[in-house]
Amino acid sequence: MAETNSGTPSPQRHDGTVRVKRGLAEMLKGGVIMDVVTPDQARIAEEAGAVAVMALERVPADIRADGGVARMSDPEMIEGIKAVTTIPVMAKARIGHFVEAQILQALGVDYVDESEVLTPADEAHHIDKWSFTVPFVCGATNLGEALRRISEGACMIRSKGEAGTGNVVEAVRHLRSILGDIRKITQADSAELFEWAKRLQAPLPLVQEIAETGKLQVPLFCAGGLATPADAALAMQLGAEAVFVGSGIFKSADPAPRAKAIVEATTHYNDAEILAKVSRGLGTPMTGIGMDEINVRMADRGW
Amino acid sequence: MSPVPVVGVLALQGAFARHVDALRRLGFDPVEVRRPEQLAGIDALVMPGGESTTMIKLLTGFDLVEPLGKRLADGMPVFGTCAGMILLAANVLDGHQDQLCFGAIDVDVRRNGYGRQVDSFEADLRVAAVGDPPVRAVFIRAPVVVRTGPTVEVLAENDGVPVLCRQGPIMVSSFHPELTDDDRLHQLFLRSLG
Repeated sequence: MAETNSGTPSPQRHDGTVRVKRGLAEMLKGGVIMDVVTPDQARIAEEAGAVAVMALERVPADIRADGGVARMSDPEMIEGIKAVTTIPVMAKARIGHFVEAQILQALGVDYVDESEVLTPADEAHHIDKWSFTVPFVCGATNLGEALRRISEGACMIRSKGEAGTGNVVEAVRHLRSILGDIRKITQADSAELFEWAKRLQAPLPLVQEIAETGKLQVPLFCAGGLATPADAALAMQLGAEAVFVGSGIFKSADPAPRAKAIVEATTHYNDAEILAKVSRGLGTPMTGIGMDEINVRMADRGW
Repeated sequence: MSPVPVVGVLALQGAFARHVDALRRLGFDPVEVRRPEQLAGIDALVMPGGESTTMIKLLTGFDLVEPLGKRLADGMPVFGTCAGMILLAANVLDGHQDQLCFGAIDVDVRRNGYGRQVDSFEADLRVAAVGDPPVRAVFIRAPVVVRTGPTVEVLAENDGVPVLCRQGPIMVSSFHPELTDDDRLHQLFLRSLG
């Protein structure tokens, strides 16, 4: 080994800092996080270029179809997926179910999604995410919800959309709501920021910070209903920094090429020529459902 | 070469926007590189952190491997952080069968060698090349350098392991200087452009 001109190693090592936790979200930007329910699907996702996989027992479309209570996945199932992939593995805990989150942290998952796709465990409280080393992502339908989650320690926000529908309309609504309010806040004067904090039911310092920087404190990703490369590029052009695709891949006719095309579309989201190329011949996307056909709005879960 | 060097940032995936911010703070007007033709107009390149497997798929799928390899062989200065370091390394241990690396710097690395996200950390590093104060280094699922060749200069270590290395025009780090507001390592790299 070559001779070093550096000094002694540093004792000031810190694990699980905000910078370390938000940092992994930075590394996932411009990428696609894919829902997988088996090790085989995890391999397909990684091979297609996913930046991370979300390990769960049923994709949202099946949770929606099956009804009943949806809970954290079996640790054995999560371990099975961890064993076959080298990319980060995420897993979902129920809203407010801090013990599920403790278990996921003990399993060594890379990100915990406190998710409305599962049946909430607490009707008033989300998890106090500051007390964990593992970082958390949380869903939001509007800026107030996003800032409440950030105040609880979320290190990444994903717009919720409506999971398991294959319908992008709610994702667009939520992204536009979050980013539109951020744009408006940057135009507000200092007195108006108090009213914004009240209206959003969000901590004033976070609102003031947004007025100054013009952006959310943590990376903003998009989820819920994305099914095509064009959907992914739409979310990116609207201002999302990465995308989650759940049922959209493995509920389609031919998952592997669709997964690859969505990855490529997320990178080249501003290049219509490439988008046209990667969108060709992908087979049938998931069928999808209209918002007037669903009984449960998962996006309404969360407080 | 233009009067102010044109610095490209590989923008396929990852923390490229943070590198763009750092370069702008230093007075450069960086170019995001996603297509092969964009490689022709740059004098230097930053390869950011992110997922190396994803970047390999996108480099391959959009015909960037050959032209980038050629620019590297021609001696283009490149700064690779984390995933960027993996792509520039000579060998990647326990990578995939189709693991691609350009062999632009004579170091071997192990992907995720420090462990999973719960093992990620930050620490102060002494970097003699930039002086005081120490550099706050953020390690995220970072690669570990397991071998450095005889002509590789180790610019910083953490717990006795090289984490910042240089060989000719190529500089690599296991950590993420783009995640702090300290731009001294970008400056150090850009100094090599003259």
